[in-house]
Amino acid sequence: MINDTGIVIAFYIIGATTVGSALMVATVRNLIHAVLFLVLTFVGVAGIYIVLSADFVAMAQILIYAGAISVLLVFAVMLTPSADRKNSETSFQLPALALTVFVLAVSVFVIYDTNWQLAGRGQFLSTAASLGRAFLHPYVVPFEVASVLLVVAMVGAIVLTQEEASDAA
Amino acid sequence: MSLLLSIISHHWYDVRDLSNITSEIRSLLGDAGAPGWTLYVVTALLGTLGIIAFIGGVAIINIWIERRVVGRMQSRLGPNRLGPFGLLQPVADAIKLMQKEVLQPRVADGLVFSLAPIAFTVPGIIVLAVVPWGPNMALADLNVGVLYILAMSSLGALAVFIGGYGSNNKYALFGSMRVIAMLVTYEIPSVLSLLGLVLFSGTMNLSDMVLFQQKYWIPLLLVQPLPFIIYFIASSAELNRTPADLAEAESEIAGGYHVEYSGMKFGLFYAAELINAVAISAIIATVFLGGWWFYRLDEIVPGWIIFIGKIYAVYFLFVWTRGTLPRFRIDQLLAFAWKWMTPMAFLNIVLVAAEILIWDETGASAGIVLPIYAVVNTAFAALLIFGWVKLMSPKFSRFPDRLRMYSRIDVPSLPANAMMSAVPETGEPDGSGGHLGGAESPRVLAEGPTA
Repeated sequence: MINDTGIVIAFYIIGATTVGSALMVATVRNLIHAVLFLVLTFVGVAGIYIVLSADFVAMAQILIYAGAISVLLVFAVMLTPSADRKNSETSFQLPALALTVFVLAVSVFVIYDTNWQLAGRGQFLSTAASLGRAFLHPYVVPFEVASVLLVVAMVGAIVLTQEEASDAA
Repeated sequence: MSLLLSIISHHWYDVRDLSNITSEIRSLLGDAGAPGWTLYVVTALLGTLGIIAFIGGVAIINIWIERRVVGRMQSRLGPNRLGPFGLLQPVADAIKLMQKEVLQPRVADGLVFSLAPIAFTVPGIIVLAVVPWGPNMALADLNVGVLYILAMSSLGALAVFIGGYGSNNKYALFGSMRVIAMLVTYEIPSVLSLLGLVLFSGTMNLSDMVLFQQKYWIPLLLVQPLPFIIYFIASSAELNRTPADLAEAESEIAGGYHVEYSGMKFGLFYAAELINAVAISAIIATVFLGGWWFYRLDEIVPGWIIFIGKIYAVYFLFVWTRGTLPRFRIDQLLAFAWKWMTPMAFLNIVLVAAEILIWDETGASAGIVLPIYAVVNTAFAALLIFGWVKLMSPKFSRFPDRLRMYSRIDVPSLPANAMMSAVPETGEPDGSGGHLGGAESPRVLAEGPTA
């Protein structure tokens, strides 16, 4: 599957777009433009998932990251007082660069150090059904813990943002 | 008749199934010795071309349909001068829009401003890729079709946002923020309502959903009436159509996100709204009404004609609500999603899951189970809607003793008021009118500087 010419071409085009737009997120000066490039990066990552024939994950990526997280980021940027100003230089630049290089180095080391093996099966006929079965049989406890965590976060957000009930006139 | 059918079947001129054209071209290419990937590319391009041709026709015709139908509902004539029944009016409108100068504010964010109309149009078109037009006529027969639809329809709102932001205009930004708020809110009921259907049919593939309805001889609308209502309302909010077109509410924010757009950039926004409406109609026609299948009719009439008929039936509902309902207020619209539609959709999912479990456990035949479920779900929907209205809505009183909104809004004093109260302190030495604030002594402003 991955050796197919079209897939390889698609992988390189999508990969170049993703990496390029990710670089633009870090370098572009306008914060809203950075958010838009980040959305392009998310879509590119979804494209890579499609190349790997993980269609459910790809669609979830677009729905959640490009659709919802980007909206969250837009809200965050719009509510930031200095959103309109330039994405200017800060004293955090050097530590951030060091951290990035460190994370990149660890990832590259792990990638080269891992003994990669091909899975001994073909692709899933339907990734959504396989994921659902995996979530409800072997991984049911982490799944439920994650949903409890989300409910707690939701209730917490409501409690934090609720105004005190004013004496209604 | 059958002889005629046997002669034409599976040739390119067999219009009952338009995929015959692509398979003919593919076999021609295959005979000519073209490499394998060109077949995919050619088929994909032909399918895309077909969808774009349909979209282009629809964007022109629907302007006329929409204006005529709304005109009829509001006791007007609608466009009636150009051509028979005003049919050429949209053509004239399109030519006018193309000729107009495309203005761009000097302070606008140029790239984002130009990108927004395109980014708004594209999701509406590519949603149609997964929609099956006939038994073999889906351009991309994705296994996660429903999720794809939801993902693509969530992208449009971001385009509206960047349009409003790029315009650098207060009203445009108001419209954009309203769109974002509405998207975040209405995404949830629309996902939950489609989830009920996915549970029921056991698949996210749109072709398989149509086949499910064909197999059991029942459109899912009858089995799942509540998700239909919820999805219809939620999608009309996402489409920005009139009961919920707060993003462009002319009377409040002067057109909202497209207030700075002119010429063909505005035309693209205008066309994209119609295209998105058709795309959502196509989705509703597929998942709720059975797509290209309609009892025995699809053996006589080509499936894609039935499907287009269903699309326009749903589209008429959209036009109907647009022509008759007044606009919501933003807090009403958001509260409606959170307090009414989301809990109802959750309850519906619980019911559907229980029904599916019962069906699987008992192994009862579909002919008995599905009519019972249809009756049960319709009764449940009616009970839930009326019960919820009784439970949630405030009691009617002519002089309400509490405000309908959650809390009182403190209106900050306007700049003019502040100026009026500031003028007497500096302008009038005797201070006779100084302590009288703003509106009570408007003459102070006029006389202050000259005195």
